Amino acid sequence: MKTELSKERALYLKEKRNKKIAVNVSRALLLVVLLGVWELLAHLGVIDVFLMSKPSQIAVTLYDLFASGNMLTHVLTTLYETVAGFLIATFLGTIIALALWWSETLRKVLEPYIVVLNSLPKIALGPIIIVWFGAGTKSIIFMAVIITIIVTVITMLNGFTETEKGKLLLMRSLGASKMQTLVKLVIPSSIPTFISCLKINVGMAWIGSIMGEYLVSKQGIGYLIVYGGQVFRLDLVMASTIVLCALAGFMYAIVALIEKRLVNKR
Amino acid sequence: MRDILELENVSLIYQSELKETEAVKDLSFSVKDGEFVSIIGPSGCGKTTVLSMIAGLIPTTKGKILYKNEQIEKVSSGVSYMLQRDELFPWRTIEKNVYLPLEIKKIKDASAYERANDLIKKYGLEDFKKAFPHELSGGMRQRAALIRTLSTSPDVLLLDEPFSALDYQTRLSVCNDVYKIIKSEKKTAILVTHDISEAISLSDRILVLTKRPATLYKEHVLPFNKRLSPLKRREQKEFPILFDVLWRELNDEN
Repeated sequence: MKTELSKERALYLKEKRNKKIAVNVSRALLLVVLLGVWELLAHLGVIDVFLMSKPSQIAVTLYDLFASGNMLTHVLTTLYETVAGFLIATFLGTIIALALWWSETLRKVLEPYIVVLNSLPKIALGPIIIVWFGAGTKSIIFMAVIITIIVTVITMLNGFTETEKGKLLLMRSLGASKMQTLVKLVIPSSIPTFISCLKINVGMAWIGSIMGEYLVSKQGIGYLIVYGGQVFRLDLVMASTIVLCALAGFMYAIVALIEKRLVNKR
Repeated sequence: MRDILELENVSLIYQSELKETEAVKDLSFSVKDGEFVSIIGPSGCGKTTVLSMIAGLIPTTKGKILYKNEQIEKVSSGVSYMLQRDELFPWRTIEKNVYLPLEIKKIKDASAYERANDLIKKYGLEDFKKAFPHELSGGMRQRAALIRTLSTSPDVLLLDEPFSALDYQTRLSVCNDVYKIIKSEKKTAILVTHDISEAISLSDRILVLTKRPATLYKEHVLPFNKRLSPLKRREQKEFPILFDVLWRELNDEN
């Protein structure tokens, strides 16, 4: 299928590629410059290393944490809490949204409760959660779940109720039952909503698990960050934050991969 | 020919929180087997409502609608509804879209699927069976929608402005296509439209409705030779005269 490209086309493609390279290089450069300036200012004594730490020190801390195997325990703990919260909330939230779609009465009855729960800062429930679930992993997962589930219910219900009217009319004119309408129309047409909901939920579950760890924990990334802050080891705080960024990015990438799979199937 | 569909003094009153609206009043007409009838009327007069009642989607407030001498109470497989837009599901292939009514009606007969496949082949969508709707032109999509409507072998087709979402050029050719398919499958059709020339080019008979509450105002049996295609009809000398008459009748009603 290789054909000779016209001069204009070749030029266009080349420009396009050059632009892409320029963006990627600039991205890397930005990071290098930021870190370099930071390191330099720390060495010159312009910024207080005690308050700001410095890149070289953070790198050493990171290395030590991984080398001693401590970091792995913390990472696995937080990952477990986040993924568990994410999965439980996404699953239950979608089921609840389905139930609310099914029954208009139920939807109307529960609407004000959902609105209030949605606007309530969930951290306020911290003490209650600790009393109910104890100072441990269970509480943290529960925190991730309540933060994520409300958003899931609202997003998915919106997706379900926004099914195109014309297509609903088509189903009705075919004499479709409610179950058939749900399975053959409402669910498949809500797949894009579900994917964007997954993306939102990744972020939400991380908020939940880290917030949970701030409240009660003996290990985990959130614990490391709080601990580092309390003992004024900013290198520890920064190192943990970097690990957190990497993990969140990784989880988002997985969801993006799922999206690609699902979209390709359509 | 016998009457396949009869409306006897049909009335419909809509209830809403603010008021009740009389949409259709004392409407009576009948349709013969194999006939192509168009319903035109001022916009918002309740034409679509009439179709919805025949389709069994809305119960009549008063009066009866008989299909083969039996009262229509719910959606029946003898009467099939074709909507304004094709409403093909984007996540299903054309073939799977055509099978949708069979799935919904839980028809498992291999012969029904065979018949659906024959229709796909006969009307030029064979090469697009495994394609998704977005890969088809507007006209082809509408043809796919018509085949879907025909897949359960209904006797009566209800067409609710099925060409209104298409551009003018496509509209004329799809109109021609659909007419040919309906005639060759020997279906009875009721078309609702606000396009006078479309009604004249397709129908054996045109019913003009009054403004809301809709009731029968005038009835025209068209003089065209049955073998003329919709496009050819537009060239006949009766065409502009009929257009003029219908246009004035609609305006009187507005």
